[in-house]
Amino acid sequence: MTLHTPHIDWFGLSPVFALIGTAFVALLCAVLVPRALRRLAAAGIAGAGFTAGIVLSIWLYVDSAHGHTIVSGAFYRDRWTALGQIILCAVGLATTLVAVEHVPGWGRGSDPTRRDDHVAEFFALLLASAAGMAFFVGAANLMTLFLSLEWFSIALYVMCAIDYDAAAASVGGEAADARPEDRGAFGVAGGSLEAGLKYLVVGSFGAGTLLFGSALVYGATGKISFHGIASAVATHSLTSDTFVVVGIALIVAGLGFKMSAAPFHMWTPDVYEGAPTTVTAWMSSATKVAALLLTFRLMTTAFPANQHLWGWAFAIVATASLAIGNFAALVQRNVKRILAYSSISHAGFMLIGLSAGSALGGRALMYYLIPYSAMAFGSFAIVAARERELGVPVTLENLAGFGWERPFLGVAMWFFMFGFAGLPLGGGFVGKFYVFAAAYRHGWIWLVIVGVLATLVSLYYYLGIVRAMYMRPSAELQVQPGGGVAVSGGAPAAESLLHIAVGAALVVSFGSLFAVQPLIDLARHAASALPL
Amino acid sequence: MSATALTSILIWLPIAGALLIWLLPLSRYATGSLALLFSLAEVGFWIEQAARFDFARSGLQMEERANWFGDLGVSYHVGVYGFSLWLVGLTVVAMAACTGYGFWVGRERPRAYYGLMLLLTGATVGVFVAQDLIVFYAFFEAMLIPLYVLIGVWGGARRMEATIKLVLYTMTGSLLMLAAIVVYGLNAGTFDLVDGPASASRWLFLGFMLAFVIKAPLFPFHGWLPDAYREAPPEVSAVLSGVIAKAGLYGMLRIAIAKFPDPTSFYRTTVLALAAAALVYGSLLAFRSTNFRDVVSYSSLAQSGLIALGLFAGTDLGFDGAVLQMVAHGLISTSLFLIAGTVERRTSEYGHADRFLSLRPPVPVGESLEPVPVTVSDFRLLGGMARGRPALATLLMTVGIISLAVPGSASFAGEFLILAGVFQRAWWWSAIGAGAIVLAAMYMLRLISAVLHEARGSTVAEEALDLRPGELALVVPLVAGLLLLSAWPAGISHHSFFGQSPAAAVRSQFK
Repeated sequence: MTLHTPHIDWFGLSPVFALIGTAFVALLCAVLVPRALRRLAAAGIAGAGFTAGIVLSIWLYVDSAHGHTIVSGAFYRDRWTALGQIILCAVGLATTLVAVEHVPGWGRGSDPTRRDDHVAEFFALLLASAAGMAFFVGAANLMTLFLSLEWFSIALYVMCAIDYDAAAASVGGEAADARPEDRGAFGVAGGSLEAGLKYLVVGSFGAGTLLFGSALVYGATGKISFHGIASAVATHSLTSDTFVVVGIALIVAGLGFKMSAAPFHMWTPDVYEGAPTTVTAWMSSATKVAALLLTFRLMTTAFPANQHLWGWAFAIVATASLAIGNFAALVQRNVKRILAYSSISHAGFMLIGLSAGSALGGRALMYYLIPYSAMAFGSFAIVAARERELGVPVTLENLAGFGWERPFLGVAMWFFMFGFAGLPLGGGFVGKFYVFAAAYRHGWIWLVIVGVLATLVSLYYYLGIVRAMYMRPSAELQVQPGGGVAVSGGAPAAESLLHIAVGAALVVSFGSLFAVQPLIDLARHAASALPL
Repeated sequence: MSATALTSILIWLPIAGALLIWLLPLSRYATGSLALLFSLAEVGFWIEQAARFDFARSGLQMEERANWFGDLGVSYHVGVYGFSLWLVGLTVVAMAACTGYGFWVGRERPRAYYGLMLLLTGATVGVFVAQDLIVFYAFFEAMLIPLYVLIGVWGGARRMEATIKLVLYTMTGSLLMLAAIVVYGLNAGTFDLVDGPASASRWLFLGFMLAFVIKAPLFPFHGWLPDAYREAPPEVSAVLSGVIAKAGLYGMLRIAIAKFPDPTSFYRTTVLALAAAALVYGSLLAFRSTNFRDVVSYSSLAQSGLIALGLFAGTDLGFDGAVLQMVAHGLISTSLFLIAGTVERRTSEYGHADRFLSLRPPVPVGESLEPVPVTVSDFRLLGGMARGRPALATLLMTVGIISLAVPGSASFAGEFLILAGVFQRAWWWSAIGAGAIVLAAMYMLRLISAVLHEARGSTVAEEALDLRPGELALVVPLVAGLLLLSAWPAGISHHSFFGQSPAAAVRSQFK
């Protein structure tokens, strides 16, 4: 009996293989490399994996001007995939740099033998989740979509919970956060394990919703490939078929969980707060990149005939995200929670571009993701530095004086906050302008007004962080640096790798304001792979 | 160096200076000197630009254009017209004086401070020379970033409320302007101000005007003004009222009036009414406030109203007078706020002067981030400062007299042109304006007498010195500029628009 095997374009899959391959090597590291060297060895392997991923995906970008599917229609080899993979690998490389000094485990105390217990596993999971996302952005049918979604999600669940025995120590000092309602199932406020569990439960629910939606679409069309679904819907005029419509709604909801768009956002602040900050930095930028790029491709490729439905659905989801994200952020004191709500509101901005469903919308989305992922990553990395210095969760109160004590990180945070707010200090401004332009071209001026008003509300809390850093003397500080349960217990650590990562994020977010045309050209070529 | 590069140099030189100052770990004095050097170089480059500007030529000059993002028709496009040349000049001169003031009083955290002042200079120049709506918007917003930090860090005790009000008010306006820009630009196919067509949309006009009337400000959008002007450090108040407020008025002229001729005539009466309200209400508030800075703040509100009156008169005389008055009032309010700062430094709650200016030992100052805590500018606690301080008295008197528009002064020329211009629209507007000028005389003379004359105020230290040479070097050039303008107001009023008729130049969109 001969089994027909599809032709496999190994090169088309090479970034994914580079990442998953290095993930296995990092995992071997956990057992083979002595504990003292494990951190550097695993980080080096991860760095090599992400660098290889960047190089290979750039190569693929150059080499894939004419996009097509590979592995018998399971995966897209085109520039949309490649550009997404470049962004993902770059964020991954930055995460690796930060994780060398801020790897989960610092909360376990200063004993390096205990701290480095899970360090190699952490890097292996980071690489595995990146591989899953790199596969996810290129998924070409509902099966690969679901598999890769679970692939990176499971890795992320574990990464969120990796600090499972450190939570109690890191939270004890902060009276403001010890409100009873914040205490989770384990009596620990915002613990890593709680975050992981919460993400697992909510994420699984989202994945289940997605799977159910996929099943309905498959049932109606008999196809699982994106192109096949589109042609089946067209030939059998299934545009208003109940199964297709309900299926689209469920798929939108399932992907909405991943991109943390309201009303599927409930997990976001808790998980972002509880997860180790390095993991939060990775999740907040990479997961959004993967989820939004895939969603844009899925909707425009598989359901072009239903654009009137999903366009409106995403416009409403965008409005809800902008409203909920921004208003909820106003009342937060914990900086990670503020940034979590801010990421919800940015999902709303990017969904404005997505809901337009046009070539301009695709460009806007792709461009927006570049400064956004840099700023989101950079701001969480800075929170990680402050957290390590204080030994307690970072709040607006204990951020006082940070800008003057750590000039570089302070200025970087200042840039990121103004950039998030859409002031012309970074590419965030141009990104907002592009999504507004896409919405207006689509005839949705009301969405432009919503976005503008949301930006106005967001100013209050972004400037609140700047105010906390610069405009209040350290004398007002509740917890002196090093006075909590800080590991280093004295002068702040040098953290040169973290500075490099934050510097790179700063260069990307600032540079994208000036290099708009080259980036837009990249995004245009990427979006030309989609049937728009 | 070609003349076209001058415009970009004026924008990017101070921004490069800001980056340099942030990167170099220099001492306080070296940092301050470097910043001062950059701001004086700005003045030098502006003089060069003014010298090379051809007033006999129509259209945009010293123009530079480069693609920024072409698929939406956005380009980096800068250049100057006659009126923008004068406003750039006002910016660089006022910013140099204010940076010098910061140096003189020795602001804490010098590298952050001077970097932000230079960034503010570059952004403000950018607003006045931008010829693309997105570039204009970017600089218009970029002005707010340094201002926010300058007030929030170096401001007075209630600086937090002041910064929040400032940011929320001005951003409400400018974000709606962004929406208007998106709509205008995508409909026109270009965001260029020179190529862009005129539009008849009233909504777009209102979107732009809201941003400008908040920035200027006009009644009733001035809620942020008293707090910001009172809590900011004096040199930042000087920049705010002298220069930043002019950005709103410039926007009215360059965008709202030039690009929206039909909506302008539709809303003319409304805007004139708001302007007249700002003029009268500002003057009344100035008359009844008892604080040096408040008088100058509210008189700025009144002057913004007067200038808007000239702009929206839509006549030749009105436009000429408005540009002249923008520059004249910019110099006046910069000087007045700097003088207010020097007066405040000579007072304190305990009757001690600032430690640099007094022979007595200094009052201990607590946390260094806090501003010098007990400066006083309340009239009831001031007075009698003329005795033994002739330089202070002469300068305050000169600026005060010029600002109340005595015949022969620069602001007399400006106000006369504006009132004559608006008279051609309807006589009662100039009647209101003339009444307000009487009020100006009342509040300004009251200010002069309350600070300089009367009995010595309880907070004025007897040993507080006259203006030091450093302070004179800051204020005297501004006053000299005012006297020059008083002697030759036509230098600006005849050199702002090409051709005989400014109104025709505006109608042709300055082509």
